Amino acid sequence: MNNVFVYIEIEEGAIADVSLELLTKGKKLAQQLGKKLEAIAIGYKLDGIEKQLFPYGVDVVHVADDKRLAPYTTLPHNKIVCEIFKNEKPEIALFGATSVGRDLAPRICSTTGSGLTADCTSLEIGDHTDPKTKTEYKNLLYQIRPAFGGNIIATIINPETRPQIATVREGVMKQEIFDAKYTGVVKPIDVKNLLSKEDFVVQVIEREIEKSKLNLKAAPIIVAGGYGVGSKENFKLLHDLAEVLGGEVAASRAAVDSGFAEHERQVGQTGVTVRPKLYIACGISGAVQHTAGMAESALVISINNDPNAPINTIADYTIIGDLNEVLPKMIKYYKQNTK
Amino acid sequence: MGLKILVLAKQVPDTRNVGQDAMKSDGTVNRAALPAIFNPEDLNALEQALQLKDKFPGTTVEIITMGPTRAAEIIREAMYRGADGGYLITDRAFAGSDTLATSYTISLAVKKIKEFDLILAGRQAIDGDTAQVGPQVAEKVGIPQITYAEEIKGIENNVITVKRRLERGIEVVKCPLPVLVTVHSSAAECRSRNTKLTMKYKRAKTLTELQEAGMDYEGFYKTRPYLTIKEWTADDLNPDPNCLGLTGSPTKVKNIENVVLTAKETVRLTADDKDIDFLMRELIANHTIG
Repeated sequence: MNNVFVYIEIEEGAIADVSLELLTKGKKLAQQLGKKLEAIAIGYKLDGIEKQLFPYGVDVVHVADDKRLAPYTTLPHNKIVCEIFKNEKPEIALFGATSVGRDLAPRICSTTGSGLTADCTSLEIGDHTDPKTKTEYKNLLYQIRPAFGGNIIATIINPETRPQIATVREGVMKQEIFDAKYTGVVKPIDVKNLLSKEDFVVQVIEREIEKSKLNLKAAPIIVAGGYGVGSKENFKLLHDLAEVLGGEVAASRAAVDSGFAEHERQVGQTGVTVRPKLYIACGISGAVQHTAGMAESALVISINNDPNAPINTIADYTIIGDLNEVLPKMIKYYKQNTK
Repeated sequence: MGLKILVLAKQVPDTRNVGQDAMKSDGTVNRAALPAIFNPEDLNALEQALQLKDKFPGTTVEIITMGPTRAAEIIREAMYRGADGGYLITDRAFAGSDTLATSYTISLAVKKIKEFDLILAGRQAIDGDTAQVGPQVAEKVGIPQITYAEEIKGIENNVITVKRRLERGIEVVKCPLPVLVTVHSSAAECRSRNTKLTMKYKRAKTLTELQEAGMDYEGFYKTRPYLTIKEWTADDLNPDPNCLGLTGSPTKVKNIENVVLTAKETVRLTADDKDIDFLMRELIANHTIG
């Protein structure tokens, strides 16, 4: 009872990175609370899946294995998770902020009446005193996220409702094995008796999921562009620089929304979180939604017309100037001075 | 076959143009300080509704929005583009609602409307980016949901086929009506205003707007029912007061911090050749590149 739960996302038999990242974070939260870590794996042909989960410090794996449970559809997964929550009364439940987690978590929260905070960038345990009633709450989950144009960081709490539920984007939390020899127990779920025909009214009739060719998280060098790049054509310069340096091109949300770059290149709170050894920010002002996704880069270069752009304060090097002038010079120098 | 379609829409502060006075000290949004716009993905949802209206004669499209009096603006905007009317759900009792309290309130309005085949909504609103209200309304109304829709491919024998846009691909699903569908920004853009409809509906008003303008409801509007934007307060919805507004919101804002970026030692450079050469030499020397 009152343990920390993580919903495990499974795509064609493989566990999503975000789920392993959440297990890593979940284990730390559970240890702080003196509670256990439990995982919920729903899908088909899940034999042995627990072996991939135990090393993250998972004490209990709830497994719902049925042909009808993969690919994911909302209603049966919702019913299974809600049934587990009803019996186990979790203190905290974490979901990936993916198209699955963001489809499932709100439906669950509506069923259970729980609070839900989307796209958290940090999760901590802390106390709270209600300013009006002076009621004291111990060991709440602080759900921390940037809000509202990046002007603020908000700490959200759910004082009364359980579980406290949060979603987190892929790449925000670190993924670390807790103990390679750790083992827990498996609790199978009686799917046949729990689910009925009405849970399967939504049917997947076609599916084309590509393995992402782009892997921003693994790129050692990232050349990122913001709204200040100005156009899709100007983004070509970024691609040129990334290509000679052996890096990848990323973009801020403003640049993606303006159609300068594809959505899968978005870095930040609602995109990917990256930690490259070099991050070159071109025409990016540096709202916190963006910096939340790149602040841990080893070295940051900002190229910006605006000497007062917020990104300059977290940059190691700031070039005040026009990127159309700066980038070709960088490419030229690199080509002349390396093999 | 005419369909009865409800579109959930929200008037949002334009977070792309946010100033320093955007937040109040209690952590809620200072809406007065920001331009208010039709939430972009709700326009994508409206377009899907209007395409169905084009395809199936007799279809009606009505907007449901929850917000202050001025939120009636987006209902009019939708009518200029082809919607038939709408409901403004407005009451001080709704202030401070989180997504759960919002979904509860909207679900009561949907249940009061009672007859519908399809609910459409934007995937998420740009002021919160939570994507929670759609699925939560679906749960409370007791119908299935299809999120991240890029295109409604068709409706046949009361079964809808929807193409979904996922992170790394697409999925096509089908489901019998009624269902709630949330629409992704990759869906077709919303058509612009139609001149005739703009003329027809420019005087469409809620009762409160009429009263504030001191206009005679009995005369002009009585003979033109299509100009009345329906307005419901908490009393019209018969709610459990414990589920409304701040009280009905399980999430609380503990605190907010203004963002202060911690300054590093920054080397300031210009676009001059010697500055760029210096930088590139350093990067190569310390093996960051090369």
